[in-house]
Amino acid sequence: MTLSATAAYSAAASSPMASVDALIEGLAGVGYIASRRIATALYMAVHLQKPILVEGSAGVGKTELALSTAALLGLPLIRMQCYEGLDESKALYEWKYGKQLLYTQILKDRMGAQLAEAGGTMDEAMDRLHGIGDLFFSEQFLEPRPLMKALREDDGCVLLIDEIDKSDEAFEAFLLEVLSAYQVSIPELGVLKAKTPPIVFLTSNNVRDLGDALKRRCLHLHIPLPDAALERKIVASRVPGIEAKLTHELVSFVQSLRTLDLRKSPSISETVDWARALILLNAESLDGEVVRDSLNVLLKFEQDIASVEPQIVELIRRPLA
Amino acid sequence: MEDFLRALRAADVKVSPVEAIDAHLTVAAVGFSDRELFKDALCATLAKTADEVTRFDETFETFFARETFQMEGPPPGEDGEPEGLPPEVQNSELAQMLLNGDVSALAQAMEAAAERAQVSSIRLSTQRSRLTRRMLEEMGLSEIEQIIAAAKKLEDARSQALVARLESGKKALTEEAQRFVDRQHELYASESGKNLREELLARKALNAEGGIDPVDLVMMQALVKKMAKRLADRYSRRRSKAQLGHLDVRRTLRKSMAYGGMPFEIVWKTKKVEKPNIVAICDVSKSVAAAAQFLLTFLYSLNEVVDRMEAFAFSGRMISVNDVMDEHKVETAIVEVLKKIGFQQTDYGKSLEDFCDLHLDQIDRHTTVIFLGDARSNYADPRVDLFATIQKRCRAMIWLNPEPESYWGQGDSVMQRYLPFCHVAKPCNTLGQLERIIEDVLRTYIPN
Repeated sequence: MTLSATAAYSAAASSPMASVDALIEGLAGVGYIASRRIATALYMAVHLQKPILVEGSAGVGKTELALSTAALLGLPLIRMQCYEGLDESKALYEWKYGKQLLYTQILKDRMGAQLAEAGGTMDEAMDRLHGIGDLFFSEQFLEPRPLMKALREDDGCVLLIDEIDKSDEAFEAFLLEVLSAYQVSIPELGVLKAKTPPIVFLTSNNVRDLGDALKRRCLHLHIPLPDAALERKIVASRVPGIEAKLTHELVSFVQSLRTLDLRKSPSISETVDWARALILLNAESLDGEVVRDSLNVLLKFEQDIASVEPQIVELIRRPLA
Repeated sequence: MEDFLRALRAADVKVSPVEAIDAHLTVAAVGFSDRELFKDALCATLAKTADEVTRFDETFETFFARETFQMEGPPPGEDGEPEGLPPEVQNSELAQMLLNGDVSALAQAMEAAAERAQVSSIRLSTQRSRLTRRMLEEMGLSEIEQIIAAAKKLEDARSQALVARLESGKKALTEEAQRFVDRQHELYASESGKNLREELLARKALNAEGGIDPVDLVMMQALVKKMAKRLADRYSRRRSKAQLGHLDVRRTLRKSMAYGGMPFEIVWKTKKVEKPNIVAICDVSKSVAAAAQFLLTFLYSLNEVVDRMEAFAFSGRMISVNDVMDEHKVETAIVEVLKKIGFQQTDYGKSLEDFCDLHLDQIDRHTTVIFLGDARSNYADPRVDLFATIQKRCRAMIWLNPEPESYWGQGDSVMQRYLPFCHVAKPCNTLGQLERIIEDVLRTYIPN
């Protein structure tokens, strides 16, 4: 199975999975600039068929990696956002109660008629009853939720389990079966196993520590804030038409912001947003005024803005990183 | 590969058997040839936290840097060929290698000798010299020494030259062996030495003379943090617990409205578990100076993990230290607190007055009050009445005293007078004790 699934993914998109370098190139093609480490982890995940646990601070591109992988491989993306109190009926499946209710009513009518026909003895009625198919807990009444949908995609898919650290520990334990065997057990129906295991991404912001059992089943990828060169590439790819000079200036400004003691350092998504904002403001290069006007795109706390504002001019003048 | 996994485990990267299998699969998938790919791929399979990634990187570099055999062969002898050498030299492989300057053969011989001497089982830094010696002996150093001794007796120039060459070779070899053992120590033992120190530290009395060694302080802070986190993990889990078996009729009926009154979704009664509500009061005066840092570290960690905690510190007067702890990192927070009010004359009475005047409303019947201090009040009025007031309002009063029980009530200690109003009063001067007590406290006094 391992081989066939890998082959399926490789064949799916003229084999961006053939090597790590091909993968980097492929991801760049769909607008995701990946470092070697990221690409290697993804490569391993596909070849070893293991989920990837992606950690890193908010806005470094954890979710984006899953989206880009789906785009690259041409697979559907199934996304499940985790939150406190999420349980299996919301993640896996639920019964369609309304439909079941209708069914019981129809059944009741039919049964009355049938049993009346049978007339005679109780035994006969029971035999008739056995003859009526019991559909109550069957696929027709099953309402699949993200996890089950992912397992039922016969040609594979990308399953994104977002912010797993927000969920409860019980839910984490429940995920283990899905993650290690790509199957779930439904008491009424039996075991449901994926034909082609999905490529699974779990993301975490480190709100709480995840259990060892979960970690053991996953590959681990920590995405750090990028260095200046990588960040310039990302900005250039995300904000088409931006001048190289401006990219240079704004990236080194953001990089130097990160060295300050802020409550929330700007991450990549904020850099990109800022670049877009600067384009919108028709800025060709950074100057004190433009930066001051658009600082709220970059910094999300009043205190941070207040502490950075007096230093803006000095930060701009810093030698380019 | 096995050795590498062992080195990783020694560096505190947890590698389970499953992951070991994964590692082998990884190697099968990517091969050895591309070093960077090999490293990144292994890293993704084995290291599971950002911390572990760092340690993985270090271990990887050290482990796979073993080819760096820095020794240079000795200069060739003046008359070149070893024709007229004594027969012992011909018989000794090591001597041949040394004289020929055959570095790669030496490196191989050293690896083999290291295996025979079981250098990789090294645990403590004190084992280093012994293991170096054993490894050298396994390589045949004693033969060299015999040759040197024999050659010294012959007093012709050629023998002297031989002696000089062998001596320098021996010296270089010894240095190389030391480096080798050091590297092995770094790989396999550095962490176990740390574990040993952590263990000792957990048992060390915190109010010992001179307090905590600054070197240990960082480690201790990490330990306390770990401990507080462990406790919080355990107790934050039980916030809402379904009381299975008790049907919530009202909510079940309401839910079943959508299904024509059929109770499809059954709702069970749940009981909301309250989050721990703690007021911690910490003595940071002179008499507990040694323990104060540790007590504060603990307060700090608790503050990070418990949702609702009010922290106060006092020596002469009492202040709230919540803000300080919220705003600063642990090191600076402690310095801040100590700077503000630390190391003055203790006055329990005055501090209790301060507390009752300003903060008494923090305490209700859900609050657990934790007092950290030695109850040495410098013969001032201990204001037991105020203490009793607090006790009456709170759910539980817990006193942790860094002094052993036999000291309580001696000299200016007023512990005996406070004692009747404490639900729990325990001596607490090691990390181990502290953890046990806090666990008891959380289990007994936090509603669940």
